[in-house]
Amino acid sequence: MDPRINVVEKRLEKVGRIIAVAGGKGGIGKSTVASLLALVLADSNQKVGLLDLDFTGASTHIILGIDNFHFPEEDEGIIPPKLHGISYITIANFTQDHATPLRGQDITNAILELLAITRWDELDYLIIDMPPGINDTTLDIIRLINNIEFCVVTTPSKITTGVVKKSVELLEELDVPILGVIENMTYPTIHYAKETFPKCYLGTIPFDETYEEAIGDTEKLLETTIAKTLRNFTVICDKMC
Amino acid sequence: MHEWALADAVITTAKKVAKEENLIKVTEIVVKIGELQTISREIFNTALQQVLKDAPELFENVECKLEIEPAGFKCMNCGHEWLFCDVKKKLDDDETESIHFIPETAHVFLKCPACKSPDFEIAKGRGIWVDSIEGEK
Repeated sequence: MDPRINVVEKRLEKVGRIIAVAGGKGGIGKSTVASLLALVLADSNQKVGLLDLDFTGASTHIILGIDNFHFPEEDEGIIPPKLHGISYITIANFTQDHATPLRGQDITNAILELLAITRWDELDYLIIDMPPGINDTTLDIIRLINNIEFCVVTTPSKITTGVVKKSVELLEELDVPILGVIENMTYPTIHYAKETFPKCYLGTIPFDETYEEAIGDTEKLLETTIAKTLRNFTVICDKMC
Repeated sequence: MHEWALADAVITTAKKVAKEENLIKVTEIVVKIGELQTISREIFNTALQQVLKDAPELFENVECKLEIEPAGFKCMNCGHEWLFCDVKKKLDDDETESIHFIPETAHVFLKCPACKSPDFEIAKGRGIWVDSIEGEK
């Protein structure tokens, strides 16, 4: 038997809420929402961790402007380094940001290894940046983390909405709590998410032209409409703060 | 050292099995570790002895047997098979350390010696598992 499974709960015992930021498609802003949510919460004096599980497309370090990769400190496991007030673990720490071509079983093993050896300190929130789609990572996180909740990101696109709908339906079938669905990069005339996800619709994040310029600079990131919207999401705040 | 975290996983598992099987004493734990974990037997044993102190009565005089399974790969592209021990000397210190933390990063730093593909299967010698737990009821 694999002993690592039996310590995952113990490693996460000091963590309050664990929120996986997911969505059906690539490029819809999951990493942006995960990174800025962590940043906004840290800026509101919450104790926050960020775990980037998008192994093949890790990008939260780019958003947060982290380009100096070190192995985490070791003390009866690995201790997530604290960057911009966020306890942070990414595969890039171990790959030196090289391409990471992993197949399914390798992804499962890498997730399990990270969860078994990482000692998260006391946290109010652990935000997990997920890869696109329903895949090994999604199934492993649901299997391994009992109190996982999903924040689902979509965009004003029929294609994205159609794919995300299937993800939401699966999570509902599996009785996995959904914190809500956020429609990202919206413009005023289209509201697919509100119509498609009436029960769990949280709100919209407008397309923000300043975001690209702010990437890598946490002070500028906190001034973006995306960050301000996340900070002001009353439903999220009611549920999270 | 993160070996402690893995040793803790082994002993946590032994405690769970002991509870499920109504064992009052665990007498033997056989642990297999894949060579790809690049774990020092000595460091892991030291970590195990530390963790065992958490439940001295349950683990009094327990014998912990540690076996290292050689790691081997099979290329998904050309079918070539090779062993970790034949290529690990080519890794630099950081690459070895990366694989030590997360063995799957072997896919980042190793390539098939025959066709240079990173698309290979870790056929054996990955991970850690508890092979058997013996005890008294």
